[in-house]
Amino acid sequence: MNWFFHIGRYYIMMVRVFSKPEKWSIYRNQFVKEIDNLGIGSLGIVLIISVFMGAVITIQSAFGFESPWIPLYAVGVASRDSIILEFSPTIVSLILAGKVGSNIASEIGTMKVTEQIDALEIMGINSKAYLILPKIVAAVFINPFLIVISMFLSLLGGLIGGTMTGAVTSYQFIYGIQYDFRPYNVTYALIKTLFFAFIITSVSAYHGYYTQGGALEVGKSSTNAVVYSSIVILLFNFILTQILLS
Amino acid sequence: MIEVKNIYKSFNGKSVLKDINVTFEKGKTNLIIGESGSGKTVLLKTMVGLFHPDSGSVIYEGRNFSNMKFEERKEIRKEIGMLFQGGALFDSLTVEENVMFPLGMFTNMTLAEQKDRADFCLERVNLQTAHKLFPAEISGGMKKRVAIARAIAASPKYLFCDEPNSGLDPKTSILIDNLIYELTEELNITTVVITHDMNSVMEIGDNISFLYKGEINWQGHREEIMRTDSVELNNFVYASEFMKKLKQSLSHHGY
Repeated sequence: MNWFFHIGRYYIMMVRVFSKPEKWSIYRNQFVKEIDNLGIGSLGIVLIISVFMGAVITIQSAFGFESPWIPLYAVGVASRDSIILEFSPTIVSLILAGKVGSNIASEIGTMKVTEQIDALEIMGINSKAYLILPKIVAAVFINPFLIVISMFLSLLGGLIGGTMTGAVTSYQFIYGIQYDFRPYNVTYALIKTLFFAFIITSVSAYHGYYTQGGALEVGKSSTNAVVYSSIVILLFNFILTQILLS
Repeated sequence: MIEVKNIYKSFNGKSVLKDINVTFEKGKTNLIIGESGSGKTVLLKTMVGLFHPDSGSVIYEGRNFSNMKFEERKEIRKEIGMLFQGGALFDSLTVEENVMFPLGMFTNMTLAEQKDRADFCLERVNLQTAHKLFPAEISGGMKKRVAIARAIAASPKYLFCDEPNSGLDPKTSILIDNLIYELTEELNITTVVITHDMNSVMEIGDNISFLYKGEINWQGHREEIMRTDSVELNNFVYASEFMKKLKQSLSHHGY
């Protein structure tokens, strides 16, 4: 019953979010701000995690392939597929759900409990659209770039980590990541990224927007935003994988 | 003029407003007073459309606000300025940007015109030097003044103030009260102020409505309030020892 209530309220909120903006120029400015806040602001964490995780995935793959029957370039193939199919689109999105999701929920939640959202409504502004739409559009626009950067950096991390530890030679790793490459895998990853970007921003905004109370409740909303957006991402990861790869 | 007719409002079965009928006059400072929990803020939020009444209507110059759809309400909302208890300034914007915000959203003013208007409004509330500061960098009294400047920036017809004096020292409270009173006369707008501060009542109360347990118990001018027969209002007005002594003193001198 509670789930139905939240799904219904989320749907009603999204209808208002996608209604006609009061003034396009204001929304355009907000969109640019959100690109900076949600996208550029997340570059650092994406960079660090991608490089180190790429290195770890490569070393683990090499550890699993310690057999004379398996060519060493298979380490590159396995690392590439792990990174493109799952690590960059899903794991990085889950990390972004933590960083961006909590940021969105706490920002909107604080605005709610300090009556800033009431102030917008009284001015005649559709607060749901004004606050949430630029975030969704910005994330859906910028996250694919973040994920492509993550893929590149992870493979670079794999190359550096693999060669530094002697798990694989640079020639074999580069040969491996080019071997039997399927461009569709990148398309699949980017489709997932678009869905995940939408989920992170809209679910987090939902939790922030319906915060009631004070600072304690803002903290709870922030936590719920991360938990629920992560759960929905995992659910959609399963559904999209079944649809796109079956 | 704003007319409130037969408003009922309840939350989870608990009745908060019961058959409220009251008229707020144009060009006057209309006060809603009452104890904490008497329903003042609920009435105000119902009037501006943040709460939907269970029944009854709020009428702005003959326009029934309660029956309107969201898009229709927008037009009336553009005529409303509101001062919230905590100011409700946008944290991410500077003082100047806060005041310019409604202008940028709803007018075709150029940026220079918006800045001129913001300068005028901030000067009107005696804040000439805080333009580039953020809300977190200014005092409570300054926040209230910025909120008033923002509320009047788009030349509203109606000004609502939710406890404008809360958290302020007596001197700043009087400044804010006087500012609201002067602006109401100057702009010829309908102002509705919620307060439980007796100083405000005696300073600016043109038309006072006393709310008691969700019902309008008494209405009148500030000069009539000291001579009221309402037991509930007397208990409210003369709650402090100071006011009791003041009443005894006035009675002693034949007032």
